[in-house]
Amino acid sequence: MIRFRQILTAVAAAWLLLSGFPPPASAMHIAEGILPASWAGLWFVVALPFVAWGLRDLRMRSERTPLFKSLVGMVGAAVFVISCMPVPVPTAGTCSHPCGTGMAAILIGPSPTVVITSIALLLQALFLAHGGLTTLGADIVSMGVAGAFVGYGVFRLATTAGVPRLAAVFMAGMLSDWATYAVTSFELASALHGNASLGSAFLAITAAFCPTQIPLGILEGFITAGAYRFINARRPELIASLTKPQGGVA
Amino acid sequence: MKKATIYIALGLLLLVALYFGLTHLDAKWSGVDETVIEKFAAAAGREPWTPLINTDQGDLLLFFFLIAGTIGGFVAGYHFRELFPPKPRKAE
Repeated sequence: MIRFRQILTAVAAAWLLLSGFPPPASAMHIAEGILPASWAGLWFVVALPFVAWGLRDLRMRSERTPLFKSLVGMVGAAVFVISCMPVPVPTAGTCSHPCGTGMAAILIGPSPTVVITSIALLLQALFLAHGGLTTLGADIVSMGVAGAFVGYGVFRLATTAGVPRLAAVFMAGMLSDWATYAVTSFELASALHGNASLGSAFLAITAAFCPTQIPLGILEGFITAGAYRFINARRPELIASLTKPQGGVA
Repeated sequence: MKKATIYIALGLLLLVALYFGLTHLDAKWSGVDETVIEKFAAAAGREPWTPLINTDQGDLLLFFFLIAGTIGGFVAGYHFRELFPPKPRKAE
């Protein structure tokens, strides 16, 4: 009988091989100059308190638990790589990328996830023509804030409601991905809906994302569950600490 | 042996799927930034600007992506070994 881990490995390998070496592409990242200055500035104002909170949280928890720095380093690098990896979606014939923020939020907590996401997005905007500096605030809000807090919230709610841990992690990964793209849709719709209503513009953009993001969100759920399962097998004490209210170690 | 057979079968299946998928699917594999975000923005009269540091020139972007992936992979691997040290080998 093929075990769950083997199936997961095969699915992950299939997606990685399918991705081959495609040209780098953005996905949820809003490119430089797409948003008008006023909207771009507004999203920076929304993002800044979360970044400040995350920095404070990171400092406090790093002082308390040295192991936390290593976990943040590993998770941060993973979020950076995952969020610039275009994955082909055969059902849509397009590419998009997972975000990794749901997994990060479960492992290190939502506010530190905002910080590592901000750093990843900044590096991608500077050196990889992926996203933009003017749209950095909007990208932080969609991927860092929405992705992390929705993922973490779903995980906490599902485990509190008695959902099996692995299923809760899967749901967190999947919904954090969908939340990221829903917020991106809202950011675009709110700034660029013109004469159309905000609701209809939002629905139009969300619908356009669906053929690509629905399967990709499910894939992200599997990736998140796989990462969780691996850590649970190798370092169960890290997983045990997830029951603490702030998430992650320490 | 059984496990190896399963992996080889999966690998072959994947190769066949990859070949037929890439040769028969009429897909452009564009990113959703192009098919959704920029399309919607263009309809609203907003075009993307050239990035501040424009690495999207020829193979330069591939180079930067490769460097980024290598550094990201190294950092992740370095911390991974701290968190999940290799199990000590059994004495022979």
